[in-house]
Amino acid sequence: MTAPLLQVDDLHVRFPISGGGLLGTGRRALHAVNGISFELAKGECLSIVGESGCGKSTTALSILGLQEPSEGMIRFRGQPLAGPGAPGRMDRAKAVQMVFQDPYASLNPRQSVRTSLAAPLRLHGITAASEIEGRIEAMLKNVGLTPEQAGRYPHEFSGGQRQRIGIARALILEPEIVVLDEPVSALDVSIRAQIINLLLDLQEKLSLSYLMISHDLSVVEHMSDRVLVMYFGEIVEEGGWREIFEAPTHPYTRRLIAAIPDPDAALNSAAKPDLYPTMPQLVGRSFVSDGSTAPDVFTAPARSELIEIGGNHRVRMAVA
Amino acid sequence: MTTPLLDIRDLRLVVSLGRSAHHPLLKGVSFQIMPGEAYGLVGESGSGKSVTSLAVMGLLKRPLAVSGGEILFKGQNLLALPKREMRRLRGNRIAMIFQEPMTALNPLSTVGRQIAEMFVLHQGKSWGEAEKLAVEALGNVRVPNPDRRAKNYPHQMSGGLRQRVMIAMALACSPDLLIADEPTTALDVTVQAEVLRLIKELCAARGTAVLFISHDLGVIASICQRVGVMYSGCLVEENETRALFEGPRHEYTRGLLGALPRLGSRSEHGRQRLVDIDSIISDRSKLTESRFIAPRDLEGSQP
Amino acid sequence: MRLGFNFWLGATLTALVILAGILAQWIAPFDPVLDADLMSSELPPDATFWFGTDGQGRDVYTRILYGAQISLTVGIVSQVINSIIGVTLGMTAGYWGGWWDDLVNGLTNVMLAIPSLIFALAVMAVLGPGLPSLLIALGLTNWSWTCRIARSSTLSLKSQGYVQAAQTLGYGDLRIMFTQVLPNMMGPILVMATLGMGSAVLSEAALSFLGLGIQPPFPSWGSMLTDARQLIQLAPWAALFPGLAIFLSVLGFNLLGDGLRDSLDPHMRTRKP
Repeated sequence: MTAPLLQVDDLHVRFPISGGGLLGTGRRALHAVNGISFELAKGECLSIVGESGCGKSTTALSILGLQEPSEGMIRFRGQPLAGPGAPGRMDRAKAVQMVFQDPYASLNPRQSVRTSLAAPLRLHGITAASEIEGRIEAMLKNVGLTPEQAGRYPHEFSGGQRQRIGIARALILEPEIVVLDEPVSALDVSIRAQIINLLLDLQEKLSLSYLMISHDLSVVEHMSDRVLVMYFGEIVEEGGWREIFEAPTHPYTRRLIAAIPDPDAALNSAAKPDLYPTMPQLVGRSFVSDGSTAPDVFTAPARSELIEIGGNHRVRMAVA
Repeated sequence: MTTPLLDIRDLRLVVSLGRSAHHPLLKGVSFQIMPGEAYGLVGESGSGKSVTSLAVMGLLKRPLAVSGGEILFKGQNLLALPKREMRRLRGNRIAMIFQEPMTALNPLSTVGRQIAEMFVLHQGKSWGEAEKLAVEALGNVRVPNPDRRAKNYPHQMSGGLRQRVMIAMALACSPDLLIADEPTTALDVTVQAEVLRLIKELCAARGTAVLFISHDLGVIASICQRVGVMYSGCLVEENETRALFEGPRHEYTRGLLGALPRLGSRSEHGRQRLVDIDSIISDRSKLTESRFIAPRDLEGSQP
Repeated sequence: MRLGFNFWLGATLTALVILAGILAQWIAPFDPVLDADLMSSELPPDATFWFGTDGQGRDVYTRILYGAQISLTVGIVSQVINSIIGVTLGMTAGYWGGWWDDLVNGLTNVMLAIPSLIFALAVMAVLGPGLPSLLIALGLTNWSWTCRIARSSTLSLKSQGYVQAAQTLGYGDLRIMFTQVLPNMMGPILVMATLGMGSAVLSEAALSFLGLGIQPPFPSWGSMLTDARQLIQLAPWAALFPGLAIFLSVLGFNLLGDGLRDSLDPHMRTRKP
């Protein structure tokens, strides 16, 4: 059996919180990511959903090598991507790239589009001017921009166009995995559709694998093949998009889906008689907050396991 | 026929760019809000929805200026009102909540005291009495342990709690109109759902009308009875919420609704390509020439 | 591109100083050192001696032209040294953090706690008077503010998406610092350097005034002031004109610094779409 494209195995990320004692005694750690494992297959779009502080961004940063994991293994085609034995930035760059949320902060204001796209190519050993120019031209066409726009600076573009440039930069080294960090949530509603369509087209054309981080469940349902639901550092439910959206099982997943302000749901409240059902007893975690109090992230959670409940659908349950 | 609570007539607003140059931000916007009604303004960035709310609050600062039209609140033109009178209305009869509550709350004062101040300022209550009312107000917005929370400073609270405090302050004097400018955009979805429900229930209970501003069609649909769609400084379509979502008539509204991935539609119809708004709109510059304002049946629109 | 009146005033004053320094040997009517003539000492300004003469009968105008060379050299070289030290320390401290950041911060605080003129005096005392030691002394003493600005700019730039993107694209730390971080903080650094040029000119004048800077008979604006001090009542012009030269050049550098900040903003570099 061949190794999966990306394999995350028991990933932990802890941030030390200095507090208490003058000499740094009594150090506590914030468990941002608490032992998560998943795989990403070639050509697949896997989404990690959850609310702020659930650890989804930290997970993405670990895969990109921007955050050192405290424990666990991340493998790309069977080879370690982080931790001991990991390749340098150069090799990782050809494996994983990222599209950022804020198109205004993600482009260097002092670099023209051409410079932003040419520098990584040169860094990775492509020096012939004609080849660089050719690849930039092809990439700009891929993302729906014209080659003439290469000489311009970021501030001359609209938000949607900047996001296209951000996508072009992520794809210029031809990575196999692209991490999409809330790729459309900073954009105007009418622009979102264009970027979503573009991302889906590119995925098919270049057979890319996406790892999408998002809190926008309508976008997640539209784009994903599989979905991971994270809650305070743990995966609480995992499954195909159909399982997650048609048969959500974990109370937190249900709550998240019920909370989406969807026009159809809001107008046809008959279809959803109680938009905010009382929370059933939660399995695995003793604390699903109602939003008014933050859960205690410093103490270890109750022991629980992801239980297979059919197909590839798994949900976290308490163990006695 | 009831008179509208807020009647905006042909409001025009400009941003001045130097001595004689002006750029129009609102090009003649008219709409009405009935007492107790929740009205939504939806639009993208730069459509003029937020400056409309600032104009109603009388909070426009240079280089923004009103260049024409009227804002009638209970028949009184707010634009002609002296500053002192306007200040008395603000916070008392017209209240506002913002996207980022942290900037609207005083970091150096407890939230209890800040809510109490509203009662002292607008209702002439004594501080002792006002502080009791403040705790009660916190309880009304479902803050757990209100008497303990009243002693907290804003930075000790989560974003969702701060927004509840803002709502408690805004509704302290039971205003006639609440202006909510993207109040839930910075919040997590589950917290957003609770804050929206809170605004809806509390305003219904007090008979407070709401002018709700958002870019999120779903949020607007879950809270408003009528919706106005803004584009480039114009109201391009206005209708009752259900009618607007089921039968959008302006091409911009159609594009906007089609551009939105809808929950559950993939299960029903499979993955369909989202509508690219630029492909159905031939010429963006001509968008504001046509508009569809549905004739209003007042009896029907009242809940 | 629109630049304000202040920028042009600053640019003009700075250009005058630079021109004076470069052209001194051709446009100066006399020699700054050799043309001393006690017979014509303490003459008020007239058609021959535009700014009058000093106590040893040297033409004040000529000496001011040559003094510009010293002032410019001091201003530019000391600020280049300052900026290199400050930016290198501040940027690496902000980018890497950890013990290096603590160390740099400590060093900066120590530097800020010592009055820079006193520190420069101490350095001069060790190295002895003269132009090279003056340059070293002023170059080593004024980098703390630049360092702080570089550090805080780096901290805020580090969280920008494009810096993270550069990391994921395989850039090394130094490459990121030089291509992504440094260009985006050049504005404030350049403003600091131009403002620093003004204070370096003042410090040079102060040190020369104290007898530790440029040694007589070579002309520097500060040493000219020292010389003119005893004659302030007999020949006020000998003190007035070097003072005016210091004032106008410092003003010029400061106005130029403000103007540069605006023109370096990439938003001014728009072309028609």
